Amino acid sequence: MIYADNAATTKMSGAAINAMLNCMEKTWGNPSSLYGLGQWAKESLEEARERIAACIGASPKEITFTSGGSEADNQAIRSAALLGARKGKRHIISTTFEHHAVLHTLKKLEREGFEVELLPVGELGTVTAQQVADAIREDTALVTIMYANNEIGSILPIPEIGAVCRERGKRAGTENVPAIVGMAAALEDACSHLSENAAKVSALRDLLIGGLSQVPHSALNGDPVNRLPGNVNFCFEGIEGESLLLPLDDRGICASPGSACTSGSLDPSHVLLAIGRPHEVAHGSLRLSLCKENTEADVDTILEAAPEIVSYLRNMSPLWKDKFGGKKEFVL
Amino acid sequence: MALYNEKVMDHFRDPRNVGVIADADGVGEGGNAVCGDIMKIYLKIEDGIVSDGKFETFGCGSAIASSSMATELIKGKPLSEALKLTNKAVTEALDGLPAHKLHCSVLAEEAIRAAVKDYYGRQGIAYDPKDFPDCGSCEGCHG
Repeated sequence: MIYADNAATTKMSGAAINAMLNCMEKTWGNPSSLYGLGQWAKESLEEARERIAACIGASPKEITFTSGGSEADNQAIRSAALLGARKGKRHIISTTFEHHAVLHTLKKLEREGFEVELLPVGELGTVTAQQVADAIREDTALVTIMYANNEIGSILPIPEIGAVCRERGKRAGTENVPAIVGMAAALEDACSHLSENAAKVSALRDLLIGGLSQVPHSALNGDPVNRLPGNVNFCFEGIEGESLLLPLDDRGICASPGSACTSGSLDPSHVLLAIGRPHEVAHGSLRLSLCKENTEADVDTILEAAPEIVSYLRNMSPLWKDKFGGKKEFVL
Repeated sequence: MALYNEKVMDHFRDPRNVGVIADADGVGEGGNAVCGDIMKIYLKIEDGIVSDGKFETFGCGSAIASSSMATELIKGKPLSEALKLTNKAVTEALDGLPAHKLHCSVLAEEAIRAAVKDYYGRQGIAYDPKDFPDCGSCEGCHG
C-alpha cells in the first residue's frame, strides 16, 4: 500500500505509541485527583505541556489542550471574538479558503452580529500583508489566517502579516493525558528531524509535480514556490475526482479527491473555487500528501497509475470529447 | 465498509456499454459540468425496440455505475418501457447507492428521456411534453 493522504491523517510515530503505552500503563490517573496516582498524571501532563511549548516556541501557559484541530480553531476564534466584543470591536478578518472549522465558526459569529471580512486569495492561494493592513480597522477584533492551506499547500506570509491575537481560554473536562504525552513525544520526534524530513519530502513532491504536469490539460493548484513539503494538488480537466480515486485505491494508492464530494456534499472544494478554478475543473481534483515514509518507488507507482486512469476516464467523458473535438473550450 | 457495494464497484470497474453509436437514432444528455456530472446516452431503435444503447459519462463512481446499469436495463426493451425507467429501478438494480449519490441515478433517467425525446423529434413522432419534464434547478441536489 502507498499511503499518500498524510494531510488527512498520519501513521502514528513510534515514539508517540511508546509514550502513550507507558502513560496508559503507569500514569493513568485523573490529573485533577489529589492522591499520588492523580498527581503523577498531572506531572506527566505539565511536563508534556512544557515539551510541546518548547517545540513550537511558545510559553507553557499558552498551551490549551483540546480534542483536536476543529475544536481548537473554534475555541481560539470564539475567545478572541468575545474579548473584542467586550471592547466594542466586532470586525473579523480572515480569508475565503480557510478550513471549514474556521469558516463555519465565522459564519456563526456573523449571525451573532459580528462583521466578517474574507480576503480573496488570488490564483496562487495566498494573501499579502498589505491586503491585511488595508482591511484592518479601529474596530477589528481578530485577524485569523491559516499558516498553510491544507488542500493546496500554499504557505502564507504569516510573519509579515503579524502576530495573530492569542488568548488563553479554559477548557472544561479531564485532560486526555496519554494523548497529550503522545503528542509531546510525536512533536519532539518531528521537530528533531524537521529539516531533513522536509528536504526529503519536498524532493518527492517535486518529482510528483514534475510527472503529473506532463498530463495534458492539467494544472497544479496552489503556490508552486511557497508550498508545504508534502503537498501535491492537481486538477485534471474533463474528469471527476472520485472516479480517479477509486481505481487508485484498487491499485493500493490512498489519496484524497481534493473535493468534498465523497463526504456528503456535491459541491467542489471551496478552496479551489476561492483560487478561481471554475466548478467543472474543481470537480476533477486530486490531492496527494506525502510524508517521510514515502519513497521514490511510491512516486514512480503513482506516476504510472494516475495518468493512465486519467486518460481512461477521459475516454469515456462526454465533456472531454466536446473539448477535444473543439465544441467546448479547454480551461486548463 | 466501503463507500460502494460490490455491484456498484463491478459496474464502475467494468462498465457495460461504454462508447458512442455513430448512427444513433436518438442522443440525449443529462446533468451539467458545473454539478460535476454529465451523462450522454446513444440509442439505436428498431421497430420500437431499443436494439442498442451506449453511454459516455463525466462523473463520480456512482454516475458511471448508474450509466452502465441504466443502459443494461433498457437494451432490448420497447421504447415505451425505456421511457418509464426510473432512478429507483436503476438504484435497486445496483443493490443501492449512498443517499447523497442518488442524484446520479436520476441523471441516467434524465439522459435516457432526453435521448427518447430526440428520437421522437427526429422521427416527427408526436409526444406529450409532460412525459419529458426538466430536472429543474441544481438546488435539488446541491441544497
